[in-house]
Amino acid sequence: MKTVLAATAALVASASLASAQQLAPSPTLDAIKARGHIECGVHLGLPGFSFADDKGEWTGLDVDYCRALAAAVLGDAKKVKFTPTSVQQRWPILQSGQVDLLSRNSTITFSRNASLGLNFQGINFYEGQTFIVRKATNAKSAADLDGASVCVAAGSTEEKNASDWFLERNLKVTITNFQKNDDAIAAYDAGRCDAYTAGVGALAGQRVKLKVPGDHIILTQPISNDPQGPVTRWGDERWQLVVRWVLNGTIAAEMLGVTSANVDQMKASSKNSEVRRLLGAEGNFGAMMGLSNDWMYNAIKQVGNYGESFERTVGMGSTLKLERGQNQLWTKGGLLFTPPFQ
Amino acid sequence: MTRALALLNDKRVRDVVYQAALLLGLAALTVFFVRNASENMVKAGIASGFDFLWRNSGIDVPFVLTGYTRSSTVLDLFWAGVANTMLVTVVAMVLATALGFLVGIARLSSHWLLSTIAGGYIEFVRNIPLLFFVLFWYFGVIAALPAPRDSVSVFGVAFLNNRGLTIPLPEAPATFRWAVAAILLSWIAQALVAAWARRRKERTGQDTPVLAIGLGLVLVLPVLAVTWASLATGWDVPVLRGFNYRGGFVIIPEFVALLAALVTYTAGFIAEIVRGGIQAVPRGQTEAAAALGLRPGRILRLVTIPQALRVMIPPLTNQYLNVLKNSSFGAAIAYPDVVSLFMGSALNNTGQAIEIIAMTLAIYLVIGLAVSAFMNWYNARIALVTR
Repeated sequence: MKTVLAATAALVASASLASAQQLAPSPTLDAIKARGHIECGVHLGLPGFSFADDKGEWTGLDVDYCRALAAAVLGDAKKVKFTPTSVQQRWPILQSGQVDLLSRNSTITFSRNASLGLNFQGINFYEGQTFIVRKATNAKSAADLDGASVCVAAGSTEEKNASDWFLERNLKVTITNFQKNDDAIAAYDAGRCDAYTAGVGALAGQRVKLKVPGDHIILTQPISNDPQGPVTRWGDERWQLVVRWVLNGTIAAEMLGVTSANVDQMKASSKNSEVRRLLGAEGNFGAMMGLSNDWMYNAIKQVGNYGESFERTVGMGSTLKLERGQNQLWTKGGLLFTPPFQ
Repeated sequence: MTRALALLNDKRVRDVVYQAALLLGLAALTVFFVRNASENMVKAGIASGFDFLWRNSGIDVPFVLTGYTRSSTVLDLFWAGVANTMLVTVVAMVLATALGFLVGIARLSSHWLLSTIAGGYIEFVRNIPLLFFVLFWYFGVIAALPAPRDSVSVFGVAFLNNRGLTIPLPEAPATFRWAVAAILLSWIAQALVAAWARRRKERTGQDTPVLAIGLGLVLVLPVLAVTWASLATGWDVPVLRGFNYRGGFVIIPEFVALLAALVTYTAGFIAEIVRGGIQAVPRGQTEAAAALGLRPGRILRLVTIPQALRVMIPPLTNQYLNVLKNSSFGAAIAYPDVVSLFMGSALNNTGQAIEIIAMTLAIYLVIGLAVSAFMNWYNARIALVTR
């Protein structure tokens, strides 16, 4: 096995020496190109983030990111296979190489980064944890939940966050941990718990699934800060580079005013050098990563920039109707930021 | 040379060599797997080893028997889960056996309606997946129970609602330890009296009022002990404040739902084992007993069941092991068993999948082997002694 690997590496190395651009070996990219699609791990079913409709068609913010990635790497946004993963399955599925990446509203934390062999490649959603309660309980903030039963997905950051938060304030809640988010929300709906806790965005998505969504309110004050984004495993730096910069590219496109509607015109006639570099009209940024130079052009053309994706999946154009809030560009009062394409 | 050949031709030597080789091979394979896994994990940047067991767990558990709190270690979390698994398994075994015997005997009844209902129940239960039972009972139990504000009050000290049954806790549990000791003592006394009465009957043919003495020892004494213990201590009685009752101990609906699911499901299989066991007793035995003038109840108790048990024990052992394994379905409804707590919460917080899954497998294996060992001992004890 080792000799085969070494031989392949040597072959790849000599081949790349011959070409103009020297690329670090990337087994993940090679495998994706060989099989013709990206394996993307997503949430089991969270409206607005990753949700399969009755035709098996996936939509959502996290799904859109994987489509943009497929457009950038393979030139076709449809060349993605989505693998739904539970809270428990997500890390082993990524670690074992069954998926190329996770785009699964998972919170970036220190211990996950340091001890699970995972890298977080940026932030595509700033989430804040809060609670959904029945209107009849008259709870206005999390502090009113003293004595309540709270349903939560076992092993999520929410489980520990909630426990820490109430302990710190000397409030007593009973936390009941379910294996899947869907089981927890079903038990909450059945009256087992007074509250269900998850991120603001996730709750907006889950509320749609309740029997009478209008009977419940989402408490506005978040108790935590949960930045979420695409996750890769350690190793294969070039693949990590692609994952990181496609995300940056969709944010940069919004910043630079490039949309799916005007991308052709921008590529042909924009005088802004960063736009020209982003879309491959100038320089060879795609080739530096081993992709075609119109990588971001394909992604924007087929999927749209971050803002378009946000409005369509979780924003005003969707059933979730979330404000941009922290997920607005930094120039407009939000936290979204991307390093320059230079 | 010839000596070596002679050794090779010796069957005993060959057997030892083969077995040693097999054992060595297995050991080498295990070492290879462990080393391979740990090397690859180091390469992939995944933490390994058992250090995490002594870390703070930080996980809240709503149903604890062991004194675990969120500041205990991950190892304590493991034991809390094991205790919950054992509790639901043992209670389910006892209740499923009782229900299974009733249904199995009803199935054989000459009463048409009774045997048809029992038969229908068995067919229904055996052909439906257990997960369905668990979810059915869970959402059934929650739906049937009132919200905390409309709780059903049991004499004003215990309260039943869809958060569970909240019962008062004694403030000085020591008195209850004495009560439990007294009860155990009375049981031992009852066993001794029964043995003495049997010997007396064999020796002299005289009956002893075992039932009356037994009632006194098994019922009256424990009731007295528990009453004394309850009066001697103060009580932490639950009080409704805000969302729910505070204080006391909560028996969560997940426990009740899982228990009900395991009992109703397993009873269907046990009923068939009981029916098969009873039908395996030759008809001549019952006829002979009837000819001797024994009434049907006594025939069942003294002639049929003791012989049927011998046929029933081995398949019953299988069912008991199934109960143990099926208790992991509790994870689907948030019953905090070892799978839910350790393989769910702890695994996600530490990410050490291999260690955690290996430990969970090991504990199921240990409990399962203990159940088998007990049942094998019991089987040997009641086996027909042939002379």
